[in-house]
Amino acid sequence: MELIKLRGIEKTYQMGDISVPVLKGISLSIKRGELLALTGSSGSGKSTLMNILGCLDRPTAGEYWLDGQEISQLSTDERALLRNRKLGFVFQSFNLLARTSAIDNVAMPLAYSAENLNDREARERAAEMLMRVGLADRLDHYPSQLSGGQQQRVAIARALINRPPVLFADEPTGNLDSKTSEEVLQMFERLNTEDGITIIMVTHDPKVAGHAKRVIRLHDGLILDDAPTAGSNSENSGEAS
Amino acid sequence: MRVYATARTAFKALRRNPMRAMLTTLGIVIGVGAVIAMMEIGAGSSAALKKTIASMGANVLVIQPGTAASGGVSFGAGSTTNLTPEDSQAILRECPAIRNATPMVRARTQVVYGNRNWVPNAMYGTTPAYLAVQNWSNLAEGEPFSDRDVLNSNRVCLLGQTLVRELFEGVSPVGKDIRIKNIAFRVIGVLAPKGANMMGMDQDDIILAPWTTIKYRVTGTSLTSANQSTDSTASTAVNTLSNRYPATQGTLYPAQDSVQQSDNPMPVRFANIDSIMAAANSSEEISLAIEQITGVLRERHHLRPDEPDDFSIRDMAELTKTLSTTTTLMTNLLLAVAMISLVVGGVGIMNIMLVSVTERTREIGLRMAVGARGRDILRQFLVEAVVLCLTGGAMGIVLGHGGSLLVKLLLHWPVETSPTAIAAAVLVSAGVGIIFGFYPAWKASRLDPIEALRYE
Repeated sequence: MELIKLRGIEKTYQMGDISVPVLKGISLSIKRGELLALTGSSGSGKSTLMNILGCLDRPTAGEYWLDGQEISQLSTDERALLRNRKLGFVFQSFNLLARTSAIDNVAMPLAYSAENLNDREARERAAEMLMRVGLADRLDHYPSQLSGGQQQRVAIARALINRPPVLFADEPTGNLDSKTSEEVLQMFERLNTEDGITIIMVTHDPKVAGHAKRVIRLHDGLILDDAPTAGSNSENSGEAS
Repeated sequence: MRVYATARTAFKALRRNPMRAMLTTLGIVIGVGAVIAMMEIGAGSSAALKKTIASMGANVLVIQPGTAASGGVSFGAGSTTNLTPEDSQAILRECPAIRNATPMVRARTQVVYGNRNWVPNAMYGTTPAYLAVQNWSNLAEGEPFSDRDVLNSNRVCLLGQTLVRELFEGVSPVGKDIRIKNIAFRVIGVLAPKGANMMGMDQDDIILAPWTTIKYRVTGTSLTSANQSTDSTASTAVNTLSNRYPATQGTLYPAQDSVQQSDNPMPVRFANIDSIMAAANSSEEISLAIEQITGVLRERHHLRPDEPDDFSIRDMAELTKTLSTTTTLMTNLLLAVAMISLVVGGVGIMNIMLVSVTERTREIGLRMAVGARGRDILRQFLVEAVVLCLTGGAMGIVLGHGGSLLVKLLLHWPVETSPTAIAAAVLVSAGVGIIFGFYPAWKASRLDPIEALRYE
């Protein structure tokens, strides 16, 4: 079942009179439950593709089907709602709110959800999420009291609080050492296999990409290479359409 | 629920940076504090000023009998004799805008003590209420005469400072007897000094006595001779101390016989008085008071709707105008200063909120990435600004009130607590928060999440 389907996505930035094409027609489809890495050299357009996939930006042309809904032409507010319900984000620099406890950081997206949980329910849900990422004993710690790996795990818990089907990770290990990177990546793998969450990572690190079951390499705004990594299940080998 | 959650988010966001929040509110704290302090001190000064001007007689109405005319010749105000002490009582009883009223009987004659004599500028027969009407209740010495003295037409009097100086040369006159037209009056009190009035007349050159005493014992005037200048017979009568009622007058007409008397019965006439002094509750109620008095007196005098008033009411229009102009001027001045300080405080809030938006660009980007819409961000920053302003306002109210109390304690300035000022301060600080918080909040809500997340 296809969760994400892109057809002929183009993105062109307008710099004054000069138009700079960044994506030049990307078509791909991603099934539910994939663990996917987007790689490419800098300037290849992977961040732009990520922004479009993450509904943060609108493509200049092309179609984007997410969970059976065409969303390339949604308004800003509609995209915000979509992000809240269906997408989770993990960033390179964690982006936790300073001087805010882990549990409050995790519960933050609930304030914008349509579920209208009350305070107690929100805290319960947040605590549950932190437990899942192995931080049950760090609920009331501030980000400054947590290690990098722990902070990233808080960020993951925050991304999952609204139970989205898709999780986007933008250079999730960029600010971590190799040991904690490994921990975080293993957590992604566990979330992928145990909870069936579709995970899309953007990275330029081949080691990180090695954890993915499928790697899409971009070059100059086009898909250069789309292949399952060695060792991944053959059933997950996606095909560029 | 939503508003509550937003308010909580705002509180949390502010708590993350308490120092900055405090410095931000400082502008509003000082602004609102200054407003409250100034309003309270201003209201106190205004009330004190009002009281001062009121003590000059701004609220006093003088009701005089109307004019009598004969063959086209008008005799001027006060030439009829149709005001009674009962009119005065009725005015006090039936006019809600009137605080006090007193009948007045005037006389002008010589006062003697020992080998000194003096003709006071004002010799008033009145009731104890006169002192209240004139805001003159604090005597320098002794005590005022009572209503019982009025009923009994007791020979007691109060002296003004000028009389004390002229007759007693500084010696306390209380308990001494003075003579007015050979009638002994006991001095029971001395009025506090009041100085000259606006026209430069010496207000201390006064002697007050029960109106019954002045009317029946001193002037001896009746309806037949309201005019003092013709009343020369009284003083030419033989002066003996036992002559308590010197009102013997030569008869102008031959005595009536009994038939004539029964044919022309003298109407049983009330005692007429020269004027009534009434004090309105406040300068604002003067016109209302005039209306009410007119109604009462017209009814009491049985005037038909088409008949003109048989009395006239004078107010101190000039003083009242001064009073209201001064008060308005003062209020406006304070308001202007208050507005300026609040605007300055608001600009401070706007500055810090703008800095805050820039500083928290990444947070805004993150919130947008997890699903906050532009209006959620707008609301959050707006609520933050309003919370800041309201907190600042509350602190300002405490500070301002404390400040004005301090001024009262240390400088003994008159201070009046003003609930209106407090309510206005709360409203205005919330308003300042919304107005000056809107631009930064709007700016925040317009951020592009991608740019914001990348912001360093």
